[in-house]
Amino acid sequence: MSDAHAYPHEPTGVETRKLGMWIFLSTEILFFGTLITTFLIFKGRDFPGMKLTDVYDIPFTSVSSFVLLMSSLTMVLAHNALEMNDQEKTRVWLLATAMLGAVFLAGQIYEFTEFYHKGFELSTNIFSSTFYVLTGFHGLHVFIGVVLLLALWGIGQRQKGLSLNDGMNLEFIALYWHFVDIVWIVLFTVVYLI
Amino acid sequence: MTKIIQPKKQKNIFSRPSSEEGIWSWITTVDHKRIGIMYGYAAFFFLLVGGLEALLLRIQLSQPDNNFLSAAEYNAMFTMHGTTMIFLAIMPISAAFFNYLLPLQIGARDVAFPRLNALSFWIFIAGGLFLYSTFLFGTAGAPEGGYLDEEVSRLASAPNGGWFGYQPNAGLKYSPGTAMDYWAIGLQILGIASLVSAFNFITTILNMRTKGMRLMRMPVFTWMTFAVSFLLAFSLPIIAIALFFVTFDRQFGTTFFLTEGGGDPVLWQHLFWLFGHPEVYILILPAFGIVSEVLPTFSRKPLFGYPAIVFAGFGIAFIGFGVWAHHMFASAISPVAQAGFGLSTMIIAVPTGVKIFNWLGTIWGGKLTLNTPMLFALGFIGMFVIGGLSGVTHSVVPADTQQTDTYYIVAHFHYVLFGGALFGIFSGLYYWFPKVWGRMYNEALGKIHFWLMIIGFNLTFGPMHWLGLQGQVRRTWVYAEETNLGFWNLIVTIGAFILAVAILVFMANWMYSRRKGEKAPFDPWDARTLEWITPSPTPVWNFSKAPEVKSLDDFWYQKYGEDEDGRAVRKDTADDLLIQLEEEGFNPDEEIHLPSPSYFPLILAFGLPFLGYAVIYKSIPLALIGVILLLIGGFGWGTEPLEEEFESAEEDLVNTEEDSVNEEESPTNE
Repeated sequence: MSDAHAYPHEPTGVETRKLGMWIFLSTEILFFGTLITTFLIFKGRDFPGMKLTDVYDIPFTSVSSFVLLMSSLTMVLAHNALEMNDQEKTRVWLLATAMLGAVFLAGQIYEFTEFYHKGFELSTNIFSSTFYVLTGFHGLHVFIGVVLLLALWGIGQRQKGLSLNDGMNLEFIALYWHFVDIVWIVLFTVVYLI
Repeated sequence: MTKIIQPKKQKNIFSRPSSEEGIWSWITTVDHKRIGIMYGYAAFFFLLVGGLEALLLRIQLSQPDNNFLSAAEYNAMFTMHGTTMIFLAIMPISAAFFNYLLPLQIGARDVAFPRLNALSFWIFIAGGLFLYSTFLFGTAGAPEGGYLDEEVSRLASAPNGGWFGYQPNAGLKYSPGTAMDYWAIGLQILGIASLVSAFNFITTILNMRTKGMRLMRMPVFTWMTFAVSFLLAFSLPIIAIALFFVTFDRQFGTTFFLTEGGGDPVLWQHLFWLFGHPEVYILILPAFGIVSEVLPTFSRKPLFGYPAIVFAGFGIAFIGFGVWAHHMFASAISPVAQAGFGLSTMIIAVPTGVKIFNWLGTIWGGKLTLNTPMLFALGFIGMFVIGGLSGVTHSVVPADTQQTDTYYIVAHFHYVLFGGALFGIFSGLYYWFPKVWGRMYNEALGKIHFWLMIIGFNLTFGPMHWLGLQGQVRRTWVYAEETNLGFWNLIVTIGAFILAVAILVFMANWMYSRRKGEKAPFDPWDARTLEWITPSPTPVWNFSKAPEVKSLDDFWYQKYGEDEDGRAVRKDTADDLLIQLEEEGFNPDEEIHLPSPSYFPLILAFGLPFLGYAVIYKSIPLALIGVILLLIGGFGWGTEPLEEEFESAEEDLVNTEEDSVNEEESPTNE
C-alpha cells in the first residue's frame, strides 16, 4: 500500500469529489429555486403588455426538450461503456451527449431570436425579463456542461483512454449533466406548460 | 529531520511553482494553514478600513449640524462600513479560523480540495479589491432634483445605497453612476468565494475525519463550521440570483424590482433578507464555536451539555431561514405574516438561550483561569446576552415598527456582531495564538486590550439604545441642535475612539509577540482538542501519523483520569505523553506526500473582476481578458495533477493499484 492510503479518509463511503459535487448540486437547487419562484410570482401578476403565451411555440420546444432528455440517455451509455472499459464507445457516447446538448443550445438561441423579432425583448416587461434570465441561466449551465463533456472527450482522445479515477471524472460530469436535464424538465413544465 | 520527498520535474505547459519560502510560496500555496493566515491578515486589514470608515461617521455625528462629511460622503461611508465589516472582515476572519483549525480538529492533513481552498481565498481578495476599486474608478451621482448640487468627491464615489441595497433606491434612477454596480458585482464575486469554501468544508467534515472521529466526537467549533457551511451553501444562491436581477435592472433595462415594468421592490427585500438573516448566523455561529472551545479549557471542565449545544446550533441555523421578514415589519407585508414572523423570531431565542445556559453551566463551579481569551469569552457572553435580549424586543411587531430605522437597531446589531462575533473572534485569536506562531502573546497587553475594548464598546453602543428610543434615525448625516441628542452622540464618538486605541494595543501585542514573545510550551492551555497534539507552530504535514480518537475530548482523557469524587486527576504519564507527541510531531517516520502548490487558483480568481468591469463598462476587450484568464486557469487546473508524480518505484505502485481498482469495479456492474 502506498502512503496516501495509510491515512484514513472517506468515512461516509462516498468518494470525496462526488460528495463535493452532490453538495454543489444541492446549492444549485437553491439557485434555480429562487429563479423559478420569481418567475411564478410574476407569472400570476396582471400587467399589461406581451406575455410568453403570445409568442411561444410549444411543439418546437418539445422537440428540443426531447433532444436534451435523450442526451441523458447517451450520458448513461457513455458511463456504462467506461465501466465495461470500452474506450471507443465511451468516446462516441460522450461526443454524442455533447452534440445533443449543442443542438438543444442551438434551439434555444433560435427560439430567443424568434421571440426577439416578435417584439418580446429582454426589457419588454417582467414576463420577458424573468423568462430570458431563467431559461438563459439554464442555457448557461448546458453550455458549461457541453464544454466539460468536450474537454473530457478531448482528454480521452489524447490519452487514448479514460479511467473512472481521472481528475476530470466522467461520473462527476454525468451527475452535473443529469441534474441540468432534470432542471429542464421542471422548467419546461413551469414555464411552457402551466 | 523531515523526510518530505521532492516531486520530480514534469513536462507541462506551465512550469509548476516550486518555491517553499518567500512570497511566491505564499501566493501559490494550497496549505490550509497558510491560507488561513492569509485570510486572517486580509480580513484584519479590511477590519481596519471598515473601522476607519466608522470613525469618519462618528466624527461627523459628534456634534449637531456638523459638516465634517457631506451628505453624499456620509452615505458612501455607512454603506461601505456595513458592507466591509460583514463581507470583508467578519466573514473572512471566520474563514481564517475554519481554514486553520478545521483540518487540525478532525485530525486531517488538509481540507478535501486544497486547490479549491486557495481559489476561495483568491476570489475573496479579487472581490474585495474589485469592490474597493470603486474609490478609484466608480462614480456616484444624484437623482435629478436630489440632495446634491456640489461636486461629488472621491470619498463619495463609493456605493451609497446601504449594505442592504433596497430597491428602487439602489436602482439606476435614484443611484445613478457606477458605484452601486461595483457593490452588486463585488458582492456577487465575494459570494462565489464563500460558496466554494462552503462546499469544501462540508465535504472535509464529512469525509476527512480521522479514525474514530465520529460526528458526535467532533469539537463544537467543527460543528459550528459545519452549520455555517450549510447556511452559506443554502443562503448565498438566493442573494446571488437577487444581485443578478439588480445588475440586469441597472445594466440591461429589466424591471425585476422596479414598478415601471411590473416588477416588485418588496421582492428584493424578501430575497435579500432570506439571505440576510441566515447571514447573521453565519457571522455569529463561528464565535459560538470559539467560546465553546475556550470556556471548557479555562474552566477545566468538559463542555456542559455537548449534544444540546450542537443541536441548538443546528436549530438556530434551521430556524434562521424562517425569520427573515422581521426585518420587514415596516414594509408591505400582511398582518398574518407579521404575526408569524414575530412568533418565529421569539422561537429562535430558545436554542440561543440553550447555548447561553450551557456556557454558564460550563463555567459554573469550574476552576477559572481569567486570562485574555477567557475574558473575551466571558465578555462575549455578557454582550451577546444584551444584544440577544434587545433582539427579542424586535419580535414585538408594534414596538419594532417604532424602532425601525432608529439607532436602537444600530445598538442591537452591534451588540450581537461586535460584542458577540468580534469578541468571540478576539478570544479565538488569543487562544490559538501560541498554536499559530509557537510563541505566547503578552498577557498584560492582552488584558489592557480587553478592558479598553469592553469600556469603549459599551460607551459606543450602549447610549445608542436611548438615542434610538428618543428618535434619532439611522443613515442620516446630521441632527438638529434642538433635538438634544448632542451629548450622548459625543459620548458615543469618544467610545469609538477608545475602541480604536484598543485595536492599536492589540496590533502592537500581535506584532511584538509574534517575533519576540516567549516560546510557547507544548499544549500551553492544557487543552482538550486535537489541534494541540501537534507541535506549535504546526508543521506543514499537521500530523505525523493519523491520530485515533476514542472519545469526545480524547486528548484530555489521555492526560487526565478521575478520582472517586469524579474530579480530574492528572495521570503520571501525561508529561511523558506530551514530550513524546512533540517528538513524533516533528519527526514523521514515513514519507508524507502533500498537495503541490499551484498558480491556477490565483489566475482563475483574477479573471472574475475583469468580467465584472466588462459588465459595468460594456467592454468586449475586458470581457475577453476575463474569459482568457478563466480559460487558462480552468484548463491548467484540469490538466495539472494534484500531486506531482513521485520517484519511479512509487509510481508503479500507484498505477498497479489503479488498475486493480478498475478490475474490482467492473464485474460488480455487469
